[in-house]
Order: sequence, then C-alpha cells, then structure tokens
Amino acid sequence: MKTRDAATEPGLAFRIGLALLLFAITAGLALALLAEPVAPGVAGQVEAALGDSGAKNHVTAVLLNFRGYDTLLELAVLTSALVGVWALGVAPDIRETTPSPVLLGMNSVLIPLAPLFCAYLLWAGASRPGGAFQAGAVLAAAAVLYNISCRRPELRLPRAPLRPGIVIGLGVFIATGFGVMGGGRAFMEYPAGLAGGLILLIETAATLSIALILASLFVGGRPEGEP
Amino acid sequence: MSSGLLFACGGLGLLAIGLWALVLRAHLIRKVLAVNVMGSGAFLLLVGAGSMGETGVDPVPQAMVITGIVVAISATALALALVLRLANATGKPALPEDRERDLMDEGGR
Repeated sequence: MKTRDAATEPGLAFRIGLALLLFAITAGLALALLAEPVAPGVAGQVEAALGDSGAKNHVTAVLLNFRGYDTLLELAVLTSALVGVWALGVAPDIRETTPSPVLLGMNSVLIPLAPLFCAYLLWAGASRPGGAFQAGAVLAAAAVLYNISCRRPELRLPRAPLRPGIVIGLGVFIATGFGVMGGGRAFMEYPAGLAGGLILLIETAATLSIALILASLFVGGRPEGEP
Repeated sequence: MSSGLLFACGGLGLLAIGLWALVLRAHLIRKVLAVNVMGSGAFLLLVGAGSMGETGVDPVPQAMVITGIVVAISATALALALVLRLANATGKPALPEDRERDLMDEGGR
C-alpha cells in the first residue's frame, strides 16, 4: 500500500516544478503591472457618454447600456446553469433538523427586511452603487435563509410562477433589445429619452430572475414535482 | 505604492495559491474551492489594475467583475451539483485517475 501511495501522490520534483512555474507566472504578471506607462483606460469616455446612458452611476451605465451584451449573456449563463443543475436530477434530500432559535429569530428580522433592502438597492442602482445583481442576491439570501430554517412544508409556494419567473429577466432584456430596433437603431441601442425607464424595467425583471435562479441553485436540483 | 497595485498583487497571490491547490488536491470539492479562490484573485487583479490609471477608477473592469462574480457563482453551483452526482455514482468525490489517492490533506489523517 505504501508503494502505491508513492506512485499516485505527486512527487517532490513535481511540486518544485509547479512552484517554480507559478512563481514565474506571478512574477511575470507583477512585472507587467509595474510596467510604465499605465494605459489611460476608458474612464474618460464613459464620463463623456454618461449623459446619454439613462443612468447616473458609471457602473450601471456600463453594465446596462455600453456593454449590455455582457449583462445579457450573463443572464443567459445563469439561466443555463440552472437548466444544467435541473437536468442532473431531483434535489437531494436535506436532513430535517430542528432549527435553532437563533436562526428563527434572525429570520424573523432579516427576511421581512430583505425585500425592502432589495427594492432600495434596485432603485439606488441608477445613481449610486447598487443594481440588479446586488438586489437579486439579497432577495436570494432571504430565500436561502428561509429554506435552511426547515419551514418549507408550511408555506409551499405555487409551482407555476417558478419557471416564468426564472426566464423573465432574460426575456424582458431580449424583448427590449429588439423592441428599440425601430427607426434605424441597432440591437439594444436605447433611444436617448427612454433609456432610464428601459434600464429600470430590465433591472426589475432581472432582479426577480436572479433571485429565483440563485435560490434554486442553492437547492441543488430540480424541485420535486417539476417534470 | 498605490492601493490599486496592492490589490492587484494580492489578486496575483490568490491566483497562484488557487492554481497550486487545483493541481495538487484530489478531492473535487477542494478543486472547486481552488477555482473559486483563483476567480477571486482574477477579480481583485482586474479591479486593482483598473484603479491604477491617472484618470480615476475605471468603471468598465468593475462592471466586468460584477458579471464575472455572477458567472462564477453559477459555474460553482453547477460544479457542486456534478460533484454530488459523481460521488453518489462512484462512492468517492474524485476523478478516476485520483481515486486511489488519499482525499484528506496530508496533515489531516
């Protein structure tokens, strides 16, 4: 058994080689970081175009307008990850234990606050740090807290809204992208006056989808009863 | 030494640590964790390098990192679900060529 261990565990020479390789990669990247001059970046261009974007926050403007494709494909990645997890099978059974009173007490404070905080983050995203992903994550965290407190059987949410809710973010984003194409505009080229409202519409739908997807990913499988 | 440079160098360190564990550890959950550490390193590197310019903080790397975090979360969830199915099917959460190895850490026997 000892010889077999020696054959399968990585040897010392392998470790030294890997360490040297990693050191070389890190040192090379660090030298590239230190190299002068620093490229100016695109902060100036973003600043100049901010007025047309419909959002006062730089990051929101980049996410939803200038680089909208990134965000659209990110929603697509989230949705397809959930499809992949569901395709693997039914959710594993979680051992039911009596939840601790600390968890229950914390839940009774945090879960009602979460939608409020979520709505604030969503609204604040237009002008301050915040936005759809943060808001969705807060809502999903509330759902996860609810899920681990073993109170699931008492409040079974209806099955029907789950699937439409999951795809609504992607659907609204694509529909808006095509919807603004009239009048010679390109895909997702928002008209100047409407951009703010459209971004808020997309972000609201995206928040709902992100929260549902993250919470469903935590469950780790297709809920029972889904085909 | 600007704080951006400090963050970027910390990100480089996390990248190296994560890659080390990804190659050497056999337990698949450790590998998933290693990929996550590497991802955090990459995000730190991007944000740190994005704040090193003279024109102020660049919002484009920040937006890309937000996108990246969400993608990393969904990839992690999918990977964990796959590990779970693999462990259920084979009895050991490791790849076929690593099944003979001790899955615990060297010191943890």
